[in-house]
Amino acid sequence: MSNPRILAIETSCDETAAAIVEGGKTLLSNVVASQIEIHKRFGGVVPEVASRHHVENMTAVIEETMSSAHVTYEDLDAIAVTEGPGLVGALLVGVNTAKALAYAHQRPLLPVHHIAGHIHAADLIADIKYPAMALVVSGGHTSLIYMPERGEYEVIGETRDDAVGEAYDKVARTLKLPYPGGPEIDRLAANGEVTIDFPRAWLEADSYDFSFSGLKSSVLNYIHNANQRKEEVIQENVAASFQASVVDVLVERAQRAVSAYQAQQLIVTGGVAANHALREAMGKTFPNDGDVELVIPPLSLCTDNAAMIGAAAQVVWEKDVRAGYDLNGQPGLAIK
Amino acid sequence: MTQFQLWSRSTEDTLMIGERLGHMAEAGDLFALDGDLGAGKTHFSKGLAKGLGVQAMVNSPTFTILKVYNGRLPFYHIDAYRLDEDGEEDLGLLEYMEGEGVTVVEWASILRTQLPKNRIDITLKHVDDHVRKLDVYSNHDRYEPVFKELTKR
Repeated sequence: MSNPRILAIETSCDETAAAIVEGGKTLLSNVVASQIEIHKRFGGVVPEVASRHHVENMTAVIEETMSSAHVTYEDLDAIAVTEGPGLVGALLVGVNTAKALAYAHQRPLLPVHHIAGHIHAADLIADIKYPAMALVVSGGHTSLIYMPERGEYEVIGETRDDAVGEAYDKVARTLKLPYPGGPEIDRLAANGEVTIDFPRAWLEADSYDFSFSGLKSSVLNYIHNANQRKEEVIQENVAASFQASVVDVLVERAQRAVSAYQAQQLIVTGGVAANHALREAMGKTFPNDGDVELVIPPLSLCTDNAAMIGAAAQVVWEKDVRAGYDLNGQPGLAIK
Repeated sequence: MTQFQLWSRSTEDTLMIGERLGHMAEAGDLFALDGDLGAGKTHFSKGLAKGLGVQAMVNSPTFTILKVYNGRLPFYHIDAYRLDEDGEEDLGLLEYMEGEGVTVVEWASILRTQLPKNRIDITLKHVDDHVRKLDVYSNHDRYEPVFKELTKR
C-alpha cells in the first residue's frame, strides 16, 4: 500500500496534537491544543503542567481529529507517534496513547523523530527534491540537516550552546517581554533600527555549527551597562539589533551548506521559521528564480503539530520500520 | 563545608575550571550551579563534560530539562530554569543525581529543597563583560587541592 492513512500523535513539548495524513501528502485533519496560555503564567514550559494537560487534552484532540476527517478506526492503516526528542513526561502521554490505540485496533505502530517531522512538514506543501538541506530552528533545536535521499538524515551542524528560540526567550525575559519571547521580539524589531553592533559567532571557517550564548551575553551586558549609566534602553532597537545578528548567522550557514552539499532545496522549518525577518532574509538569499528552491511551510505546520508527524510517518512506513508495544519516549533521541 | 573563591577571566577560563573538576569527578558527584543569565553555567558544564571525556556536543538543556551523555562516567546535565519553584513535580531527577554518573544542575536554587546535601555549590557572579567570580561551597575533601590551586591563579 503506497497511500496509507495514518493517525499521528505529537506531545513532545507544549502542544497536544493529532492529525490524519494520507500518503504523507494529503492532510485530512489537523488538531492542535496549545498550552501556551498556561505557560505564560510560568514564563516557560513546566513539565509537570505539560504532562498533566496532555493527559487532559489527548482524548478530545483525537476525537476531534477523527470526526473532522470523517473517518473511523476501520479506515486507518497505522498509528504514528513522536518517540523523541522532548520532555520525557510529555512524550510518554503520546506514546502510551498511540500504543493503546494500535493495540485496541490492531494497527501497526510507527515511531517518528520529532525533527524528521519538522522537515517533512515540507511534504505537505511541496515535493522535496533531493539532495535537500533543512534548517530546523525552534526553542529546543538549531540544526542543519543534510538529506542525500528520502529517509536519510545527516546532522552537519547544530548549536554548541543555546538554541535560537531559547536565545530569543532569554533576551525577551531580560527585556521583560511576555512568553513566548520570539514573536514579541520580532514585533518590536519591526519598529526598530539596527543601532547596536552585537557579535556574530562565525566559529571556524568550515563549521556549520551555531553559537548564540555569546550574543545572549552581549545583549545582557548592553542592557546591564545602559541601566548602570542610567541611559535609556530603546527596546525596539535592541530587538532589531539582536535579530539582525541571529538572521545574519542563520542565512550565512544555510547558504554555505546548500552550496557545499549542492542541495536542490532548502527547507526552513521549526517555530522560529515563523520569524518575519528570517523569512524575508531567506527569501532574498534564495529568490524564486534562483538555482535553489526555498521551502518554508506555513506557520501552522512550522510550530509543533501532528500533521508533520503524519508526513514523516510515511517515510517510516515506506522503510518498513514498525515499533513494538515496548516503545518508550526517548528525550535525547538522535536523528538518523 | 569549605568555601573558595575563584576567578574566571574569560569563557575559556570557565571551560578550563569545569574541565579540571571533570577530570577528578567520581560517580555520585553533584555540582549545583547558580548565577545570572550569561554568567557561564553552560560553559562550566561543557568544560566539566570534556573533563569527563564526553565526546558529544554538550549544549543547553533548558528546553528538555535533562540531557544524558556518556563519557568515562555518565554525565547528567539538568537545567531547572523552566521548573516551578513551588511545584511538586516528580520528574525523577533525584534518581539521576544519586546514580552512577556525575550531575550538573543549572539554576539549582530552584530545586534547592530537593537536592542531596552532599554536593558542590558554585555561584557564578557577573563582574564585568568578561570576568566572573565563582563562589564555591564544597564538602568534598577530594576536590580541595584543586580548588586551592585554582584560587591561587
